[in-house]
Amino acid sequence: MNAGLAQRNPEASSTRGVMAERPDVGKLSVRNVGKIYDPEGAAVVAVEDCDVEVEAGDFVAIVGPSGCGKSTLMNAIAGFDTITSGEIMLDGVPLASPQLAPRPGPDRVVVFQHGALFPWKTVLENVTYGPMVQGKLSADEARIKAMGLLGECGGLDRVADTYPPQLSSGMQRRVEIVRALMNDPSILLLDEPFRAMDTVSKTTMHRHLLQMYRLCRRTIIFITHDLEEAVFLADKVMIMTSRPGTMKKSLDITLPRPRATDMLTSEEFRELKLQLSATVHEEAKKAFVRGEREQA
Amino acid sequence: MKDLLTSKRFWLMWAGYALFMLMWYGSTNWLPIAAFNRLPGPIEVITEWVNPDPFYGISIFTAPYYTHILYSVARATTAFLLAVALGVPLGILMGWSTRFNEYASGLFGLLRPIPPLAWVPVAILLFAQPEAAVVFVTFLVAFFATTMNTFVGVRSIDKDYFRAAECLGSSPTQVLRHVIIPGALPHIFTGLQIAMGAAWFSLAAGEMIAAQYGLGFLVFESYNLIQFPTIVIGMATLGLAGYISSALIRVVGKRLMQWREQALGMEG
Repeated sequence: MNAGLAQRNPEASSTRGVMAERPDVGKLSVRNVGKIYDPEGAAVVAVEDCDVEVEAGDFVAIVGPSGCGKSTLMNAIAGFDTITSGEIMLDGVPLASPQLAPRPGPDRVVVFQHGALFPWKTVLENVTYGPMVQGKLSADEARIKAMGLLGECGGLDRVADTYPPQLSSGMQRRVEIVRALMNDPSILLLDEPFRAMDTVSKTTMHRHLLQMYRLCRRTIIFITHDLEEAVFLADKVMIMTSRPGTMKKSLDITLPRPRATDMLTSEEFRELKLQLSATVHEEAKKAFVRGEREQA
Repeated sequence: MKDLLTSKRFWLMWAGYALFMLMWYGSTNWLPIAAFNRLPGPIEVITEWVNPDPFYGISIFTAPYYTHILYSVARATTAFLLAVALGVPLGILMGWSTRFNEYASGLFGLLRPIPPLAWVPVAILLFAQPEAAVVFVTFLVAFFATTMNTFVGVRSIDKDYFRAAECLGSSPTQVLRHVIIPGALPHIFTGLQIAMGAAWFSLAAGEMIAAQYGLGFLVFESYNLIQFPTIVIGMATLGLAGYISSALIRVVGKRLMQWREQALGMEG
């Protein structure tokens, strides 16, 4: 417990307020990226000719059916896996190419689908882990920064000394996002982080995520297959299709920021969601036809 | 303490002991089978065990009793500590490096099924003196259990923890310290408990064959000298020693893994 820090009510600090400035770093370019698994043998094409341009500080959602290569693309950006063609640049510096060994780093922190907080470390130890192992902050500095950020994210400073398995999955996910933000990453990669949650928890998580984005603006790549979530959160929704996995279309979300829950019922939101779902459906149909043709 | 007295588990445990004693008493006194009648009953054993002037020379009031215990405990502890010191690092190395695992796992697969007693002659030839041979045999089983469980422990750590650690800028040694060791700890401690049990098991066997002191020796020697209550005293002491050592490992494990205690408490 930390009585020194004000306990904030998540309701009071709503998503309304001033947006943080666009950051200087975090411009991501994915150019003609392709990934073939087992090129000598079965040669499974997971991703082909994939292009994505993301401006620094943008919130981009990538939607698409399971098995379309979303995770492959994410792993390539994060530095977990190689690519077989094309290149990925971050602020003009090559991150990944067929010649470059993949290397993860604190400039591109991933929040994992099933959560990857270390269960053997307390919330505070988890959150201070990054800057401490990198030697960027002393234990005291890291603790002060962590308590501040945790407090801002809906009063998480109250659970600083708890072990993650004791927290609800929503709280765990928020702590994991704070752990990522502690590294001042250029990009935050969110891999279907709210997938297993019920609608109510999801809505709460959206509000928290938008608030974190408002306070601490970073480039965000958000992978999901929930279209409503994509429209509500992102500036731009990119649609990936399977066979082979590639970016087919993108949709700019013109809803103003900061976003608030009441926008979910607005005419504009409904319009965008319909448009997105029509595009996804159309692309899925095309991919299905291509698949049938392959089988024939 | 009050919880303990009202808990069902506590009373069931004692009911189990009482039932066992009754069956023991019954089988030696009431069953018309000659083989059972030769065995000492519980009353005979307990009166000998707590006798200041024991009939067969071994009770809690005699020095030789403690000499036997001391020898066995010293051997088991030495073997166990050696097994931990070598088995845990080896298991971690096997779990960490695929290449090293390929070297080691084949050999392990062949050596592990060899029963500890089969090692005794080789151990005596190797070490020339029985003391080291008994410790070696005891060490071997504990070592295999520790290594295999540590290996499984490292392998069972979720890949995402490694990825998360790399994302957060960890060096390989930091991954070892902050992910591999704490992540494998639950399995390591399961392994240590199995190792301790196995150590007592093969220690007693080794002592029967190649020792001058120790509880295993006591059991076998009393058999040769037809001192039946002393056999049971030796057996019961082995049981107690094994139980206490396992309990000690559990206590240490609980202290090192508070995060797990908390999590399990939540579920229960």
